[in-house]
Amino acid sequence: MTAQTQSAAEYALELRGIDKHFGAVHANKNIDLKVEKGTIHGIVGENGAGKSTLMSIIYGFYEADQGDIAIDGRVLKIKDSKTAIASGIGMVHQHFMLIQNFTALENVVLGAESGELIDESLDKARAELNRLSEEFGLSVPLDQPVEELSVGFQQRIEILKALYRGARILILDEPTGVLTPQETEHLFKVLDSLKAQGTTVILITHKLREILAATDNVSVMRRGEMVAHVKTAETNQEDLAELMVGRKVLLQVDKGDSAPGDVKLSVHNLSMTDSAGVKRLDNVSLNVRAGEIVGIAGVSGNGQSELLETLAGITPVDSGSIDLNGHTLDARHPMNPSQVRKAGIGHIPEDRHRMGLINTFSAYEAFVLGYHRNHEYNGALTMKQAAIIADCKEKMERWDVRPQDPYLKTANFSGGNQQKLVIAREIEQNPDVLLIGQPTRGVDIGAIESIHKRILEMRDAGKAILLVSVELDEIRSLSDRILVMFDGTIVGEVPADKADERTLGLMMANIVPDEIKALQAEEPA
Amino acid sequence: MDAFNSIILILDATLRNATPLIFAALAGMFSERAGIVNIALEGKILISAFAGASAAYYTGSPWMGLLAGMMASVMFAQLHAFATVTHNGDHVVSGLAINILAAGLTAAVGNYWFSQGGNTPNLVSRADELNARFEPIVFPFAEALADVPIIGGIYSELLSGHYILVYLAFLAVPLCWFVLFRTRFGLRLRATGENPQAVDTAGISVTKVRYLALLVCGLLAGFAGVYLAVALTAQFSPNMSAGKGYMALAALIFGKWRPKTTMLACLLFGALQAIADRSQGAIILGFEVPVQLVEALPYILTVVLLGGFIGRAVAPKAIGKPYVKERA
Repeated sequence: MTAQTQSAAEYALELRGIDKHFGAVHANKNIDLKVEKGTIHGIVGENGAGKSTLMSIIYGFYEADQGDIAIDGRVLKIKDSKTAIASGIGMVHQHFMLIQNFTALENVVLGAESGELIDESLDKARAELNRLSEEFGLSVPLDQPVEELSVGFQQRIEILKALYRGARILILDEPTGVLTPQETEHLFKVLDSLKAQGTTVILITHKLREILAATDNVSVMRRGEMVAHVKTAETNQEDLAELMVGRKVLLQVDKGDSAPGDVKLSVHNLSMTDSAGVKRLDNVSLNVRAGEIVGIAGVSGNGQSELLETLAGITPVDSGSIDLNGHTLDARHPMNPSQVRKAGIGHIPEDRHRMGLINTFSAYEAFVLGYHRNHEYNGALTMKQAAIIADCKEKMERWDVRPQDPYLKTANFSGGNQQKLVIAREIEQNPDVLLIGQPTRGVDIGAIESIHKRILEMRDAGKAILLVSVELDEIRSLSDRILVMFDGTIVGEVPADKADERTLGLMMANIVPDEIKALQAEEPA
Repeated sequence: MDAFNSIILILDATLRNATPLIFAALAGMFSERAGIVNIALEGKILISAFAGASAAYYTGSPWMGLLAGMMASVMFAQLHAFATVTHNGDHVVSGLAINILAAGLTAAVGNYWFSQGGNTPNLVSRADELNARFEPIVFPFAEALADVPIIGGIYSELLSGHYILVYLAFLAVPLCWFVLFRTRFGLRLRATGENPQAVDTAGISVTKVRYLALLVCGLLAGFAGVYLAVALTAQFSPNMSAGKGYMALAALIFGKWRPKTTMLACLLFGALQAIADRSQGAIILGFEVPVQLVEALPYILTVVLLGGFIGRAVAPKAIGKPYVKERA
């Protein structure tokens, strides 16, 4: 055995010169990567840096235009997922690849059946899964349809799926986005025990703190290129952020004290049941004053979206009432989104693709959505095209939306710039109350910084702001007060200075620590 | 006794009416469970009826007719797959195109071959010593028992004396259930209709599963068409499917995409048809029964079901969506 092949075999996975184009987009540029056997290797990068594309190439979902993939020192051609699985690669996708109405057992067996009939496959899998879940602390109910299980369980099923197929290299794409801090901790323990058994783990995330906590080595991607490989022990958050963005970044925004004024938005005993009969909001009450940011934390799907949509007038109120900037909204006095806007409320929806924008519209059209009835945009018969475009140009410049082209289709802007379009549109109407959902979802770090600054400027200008986000760091750095939601109810309130991650994490799982209970007893809301 | 005989006759007609619906609905089940909307059942029935009748006429054998009908229907099913799976076409547009193609093609080619206004020649003709139609199967002792009260009616009239395809239709129901819910192919097929991306990442080819699903769909739809032209009647006539494909689709939805309930829905629709046929001009409580209303009932019931009044019909999640690998 030559020295070269010996050293190659130390690497579970080696990429040499991987290149991938999608049409005009150069998603991966000449990527080299070496992942040592039996380590946890982190890959960080902003959205759109090409991490997911790279992992999809390793998993055989896409084929690279150029370059080699070597597993355990042997160069392989991975042309589909089947080959990848056979080569010992397992992947836990960001959006779980589960059949919702199948049981956990059926999901694991799918594609890895042992014969033409499924009963024997299921029996064999059951025995093997019991062994695996014991060994790695991954117990799941095997016979319940997946749709009835929590996301934490669903993720375990995904990991079990990979292990059942004999994965020796496990790729996890943004695995912690849907987990509480405690669930995240458990996941990292599982990964550690996998590592102890000799499995190689590749962890993709944009959360720098998790990289530092969980990995041995880390590689950084920027704009389709691999820009650095470092040992985790020899780096820190600031350096990694700078590598990701290519310039110095302020991770923590400077925030002065708030000066809360009158109550601008007040919710009384709001409840809501959806069409399937599930109670989504249960007796929610809260106040937001002028000049303060109230953050709503919680694992996604605990009623935050429903709360925002009800406040914005999209979903009608069942019971309870809302005081919006002096207007009352309840079951007997409904308001539609347009009336809500007129009452001085701006709404930045959680999902810009579903609610904030129409992807095939040009930027200037996107800028008037929801405000298309405004006097300044309308002539006697037709809309004032020229005025709308001029207005759009001006706002694009003020908000540094790139490229500054009013005619460009919204779909062709990057995530960060799309988000700026939505935020600019709402804030430029100068509302008194701002409802903000996931302002930086899918937005790169550089743009996050400027969006956060703008939100704080709005607060200091005396606006009342309700902020919903699943990013705890974002909630903690922007909010003056934090409410935690669980299963449609507000579990409790924490002042920003008392809001450490452990406390919020416990409350997100519906456990209120004693010191918070004591605080709430002192000053009733 | 008269009432009993009427009931037996209605039930007997129910079985005959339900047979093509069951074949077609099962065909639709394989397709829709794999995620392909199958509004093209109508066209598949029609083309297989035509091919079946023509082949039976030329060869003198109903079995050759069945073979030809199934082949024609499979070809149309694969055309549907080519449009919707390979080229990610809209399932409804492709289905409608196939229906229109089948209606036009059968009439035009039929007229060119046989010059009988689109009809095929009768499959039973004493002059040509031709008998290419399926023969009814008479159970042992059916004749002897025919005059025994009750038992005679049930055994000799209701159960005995149907075409073999009728019995095959009812055998096909548990068989399809077994394939869909107890085999690897069925597991993969159902998964493809729910979440094709998950199937792809599990190392299974979505394209292959969907083509295979439509192959089975074509085979089953072939039975339905051949039954109409080579068993129930003895010739093909233009548009003889008369909406049976759509009614089968309604039964499939009414049966919530499950074999047993779908079969029951087909029987219900078949019974309504039998009642409509018998109640032509009948007068109940001084009113003439409006036949059109009875005939419309299957569709009304399906709409009521979809409206959520009788339980909930949950379609396969990925139905009608072409599977395109998303750009990350």
